[in-house]
Amino acid sequence: MSRVLIVARNTFREAVRDRVLYNLVFFALLMIASAVIVGQVSMDIETIVMVSLGLSAISLIGLLIAVFTGVGLVSKEIDKRTLHAVLARPLRRWEFLLGKFTGLVLTLTVNTAAMAAGLFLAMWSVKHSLVRGDAVALVAVYFILLKLMLVVALAMMFSCFTSPLLAILFTGGLYVAGLFVAQLRSLQLTQMSAHTQKFFSILSYLLPNFENYDVMGAAAHGRAISRSLVLHNTLYTALYCAIVLSVAAVIFSRKDLK
Amino acid sequence: MTAAIETQNLTKQYPHGFLHLKRKTSLENLTMQVEDGEVFGFLGPNGAGKSTTIKLLMGIIFPTAGSAQILGKPVSDVSMHQDIGYLPEQPYFYDYLTAAEVLDYFARFHGFRAAERKERVQKMLRKVGLETAGKIQLRKFSKGMLQRVGLAQAIVHDPKLLILDEPMSGLDPVGRREVRDIILELKNAGKTILFSTHILSDAETLCDRVGVIAGGQLRGVGAPGSIVGVKSLGMEIIFELTGSGAQIEKVRAKATKFGANYRMSVSEAELYAALEELRGASATIISVTQIKPTLEDFFMELVGKDRAQAAAVEVSGQ
Amino acid sequence: MTVRKSTAWLLLLVLPAGFAGIWRLQRKVNVERDAMYQEQDEVLVRSPKLMKLVTLEYATLAADIYWTRAVQYYGNKHLGEEMNLESLWPLLDVATTLDPNLLPAYRFGATFLSQPQPRGAGRPDLAVQLLERGLNANPTYWRLNQDLGNVYYLELKDYGKAGQTYLEGSKKPGAAPWMKVMAARFLEKGDSRETATMLWSELLDSSTDDAIKETARINLELLRADEDVDQINALAQRFIAKTGRPPTSIGEMAQAGLIGGEPLDPTGHPYVIGLDGKARVSSKSPLFKEKSVYRRPL
Repeated sequence: MSRVLIVARNTFREAVRDRVLYNLVFFALLMIASAVIVGQVSMDIETIVMVSLGLSAISLIGLLIAVFTGVGLVSKEIDKRTLHAVLARPLRRWEFLLGKFTGLVLTLTVNTAAMAAGLFLAMWSVKHSLVRGDAVALVAVYFILLKLMLVVALAMMFSCFTSPLLAILFTGGLYVAGLFVAQLRSLQLTQMSAHTQKFFSILSYLLPNFENYDVMGAAAHGRAISRSLVLHNTLYTALYCAIVLSVAAVIFSRKDLK
Repeated sequence: MTAAIETQNLTKQYPHGFLHLKRKTSLENLTMQVEDGEVFGFLGPNGAGKSTTIKLLMGIIFPTAGSAQILGKPVSDVSMHQDIGYLPEQPYFYDYLTAAEVLDYFARFHGFRAAERKERVQKMLRKVGLETAGKIQLRKFSKGMLQRVGLAQAIVHDPKLLILDEPMSGLDPVGRREVRDIILELKNAGKTILFSTHILSDAETLCDRVGVIAGGQLRGVGAPGSIVGVKSLGMEIIFELTGSGAQIEKVRAKATKFGANYRMSVSEAELYAALEELRGASATIISVTQIKPTLEDFFMELVGKDRAQAAAVEVSGQ
Repeated sequence: MTVRKSTAWLLLLVLPAGFAGIWRLQRKVNVERDAMYQEQDEVLVRSPKLMKLVTLEYATLAADIYWTRAVQYYGNKHLGEEMNLESLWPLLDVATTLDPNLLPAYRFGATFLSQPQPRGAGRPDLAVQLLERGLNANPTYWRLNQDLGNVYYLELKDYGKAGQTYLEGSKKPGAAPWMKVMAARFLEKGDSRETATMLWSELLDSSTDDAIKETARINLELLRADEDVDQINALAQRFIAKTGRPPTSIGEMAQAGLIGGEPLDPTGHPYVIGLDGKARVSSKSPLFKEKSVYRRPL
C-alpha cells in the first residue's frame, strides 16, 4: 500500500508543478465577475444564480482537468519513457496505476475544495449571511468530486490501450453519453422489438450514469439531499471505479512498453 | 550455484506489416547465463537485440516464448527488483523534479528511512559528479548529466546486480572514464554487472565475459580474448630508417610510412629474416608486436555476414 | 502464463459481480432522485436577463424546455385543481425573454395570467406586460392583439384600449374580419355580455390549446348562467309585484305560473333562489366556485 502512496504523492507534486492549479485563478476571477453581475439583479435569487454558476464552473474546470490530465497520467509516462526507471523498482504495475489515480484524485480534491471555498466566499460577500440551506451546495460539490473520480478512472483505462487523442475523445464522449443514459431506458423508437428495448434498458444501467451526480437544482434552492442518496452515489462511484481500474490494471500489466 | 541471470530460449516477436499478419523476430532463442560477481558485456550493432533482451529481463516487455530468471526468481516477480539497479538507454526522468528529488523518490521504493535516504542521495550525487547540481530541475540537464543521474538512481539502493543499457552513451571521454571507474569499483565490491554497449574498447577493458548478439541471435559467449581466438595474424615491426642505398630502398619499398617512421607486417615465421634485413639496412627497431584480431574485426565480419543474410531473407519474404 | 490466467479469472469475477452491484445501486439512486424532484419548483433560475447570459446560443432550446414544462404542469389536468400559479409568471417571463417568438407562451399567459383565481393568477397587469412584449417582437401576429384586447375588455374593463388594440390588429395581414366589428362594438357599446360571449366563442373556435379551450367553455357557461339568472331575477320582480314579497324558491315561482319547469344551468344543475330572494347558481354546480366577471351588481 505504501508504494501506492509514494507514487500518489509524486503525482500530486507533478500536478502542482505543472501549474494545473493555476485554474483556480481563473475560477476566482469568474466568481468575482459573477458576484458583481448578481449584485445588479434582483434580490432573493443571488443564491440560485451564484450556486448554479459556481457549480457549473467547478464541474467544467474539474472535468477538463480530469480528462486531459487523466489521459496523460499513463500516456505521458509511456511516451517520455519516464516509466522505465520507475518500473525497475520493486513496484507492481497495478500499484503504479493506483498510485497515479490516487494522486490525481487528491489534486482534484484540493482543487475542488478551494473552489468551493471561493464560491462560499463569493456568496457571503453578496448576501452578507449564509443560511443552512446553502450547505446543500457542499453536497453538490462532493457529488461533482465523485463524478470526477469516475472520469479519471475512465480516462486512465482508455489511455492504456489507445492513443492519447482517442482516449480523450472516448472519455469525453462517454461522459456526455452518461448524462443521457437514463433516456435510454424509456427509448421508444417505432418498430423496436421487445428484445432491443430490453437491451437498451440493460445498457442504460450498465453504462456510467453521470446524471446521478446532478443536484444543481436542489443546491440552488437549498433543498436538502437525502443521506441515502449520498451513500449510494458514493458506493456507485467506488464500485464503478474499482471495475474500471481493474480492467485498466489487467490491460496495463500485459502491455509491452516502448 | 544458480547464476545471477539466466535465460532459456528467450524469444520476442512483434506483429509486423499490414494488419499485423507478419511477425518480426527481434530476439530468437536466447539461452545464456551471467554468473554471480562477473561483469558481462552485451555486444552488438544497433537493432541486434541487446535492448530487447534487457527490457525483457526488466519486465518492460514480455517474452513471446522462453523464460528468464534473475537472482533465482522469474522476471515476472517484481519483488526481486529490490536487489537490482537498472539504467535505461536514453534515460529520461520527470523533468519537473530536481536531481536530488528524483533520487529521493526512487530511494523511497526501497524502504529507506528519511535520514538514510538523504545520506544516500548526497553520496550518490557526489559519486557521479553532480553534487553541485542537486537542486536544479532535470529539465535543465544536458544529456551527459541525465546519464549520470541515471547511473546514480541505479545504484542508490546498493543493489547486488546491475543492468545497464548503454551506460557510456552521451558522455565525453572524461565522463566515460568516470563511469568505467565506477563500474570497476562496483565489480571490486562483488556486484554482478550486465551492460550493453557497442563501444568495443569498453567491453574489452571491463568485461570478464562478453556475449555477441547480432540479428536477434547470440553469436558467441566468452572472455573477450577467447572469442576472437588466439590465432595471431602476424607480427608488426615499427622502425626508423635514415639514409639511402640499395638495401635501404628495398626495405622502404616493403614498408609503409608510419608517422616519422616505418611499419612492416610479416608472418611469425618470417620475423627473424625480416629483422636481419632491417639490421642490414641499419634500421633502428622501435617496437615488435603481435597482431591480434580485435573484437572489431570479429564484429565487422559478423555484421557483414548478417547483412548478406538479411538481404536474402527480405527477398524471400519470410 | 499463470499470471495471465489468474487475471482472466479475476475479470470473470470482477466484471459480473461489479456490474450486478452497479445495477442495484443505480436502482436505489433512481428512487431517491425521483423522490427528491417530486415537489420540484419548475423554475431553476428566475431572472430572465441572467438566464439569457447563461444559456447563450441555446436560448431558443431553453425557452422551449421552459414552455414545455409550463404546459405539462399547468395543462388540462391541472385546471380546476390546486395550481401553483406563483411560478406561472416567472416561467412565461423567462421563456419569452429567451425566445421572444414563442407565440403559444403569450397566448397561454394572456388567458391564465389575467383570469381571476382559481382559474388564473389574477394578474391582468402582467398579462398586459407579457402581451406587449409579444406584440413588440411579433408585430404582424394579429392574434396577440385579440388576446390583449380580451384582457382589457374582460378583466380590466378598459373598453377604449380594448377597442384600440382590436382595431390595430384588424389591420394586420390575415386578420379575421370580425376584429374590426368587435373593435367597433367595444368602442360603442362598452360593457356587454353579448360582446363577451362573442370573444369567448371566437377563442373556443380558433384556439388549438386545450387549456384555453376549456377556459373559454367555462366562461361561456358562466355567461349563459348570468343571462339565465338575470332572466329569473326579472321574473322574480314580477313575483314581488304579484305577491308583495320575494320568492323563496324556484318551485314557488313555478307554482305562481311565472316559470315553466325547472331551469337548469349549462352544467345541468337547477338554479336556486338565495335568502335574499335573488336567483343564483346552485352550490352543487361546478360553476358556483367560479367568478364570473359579468355578474351585474345587484
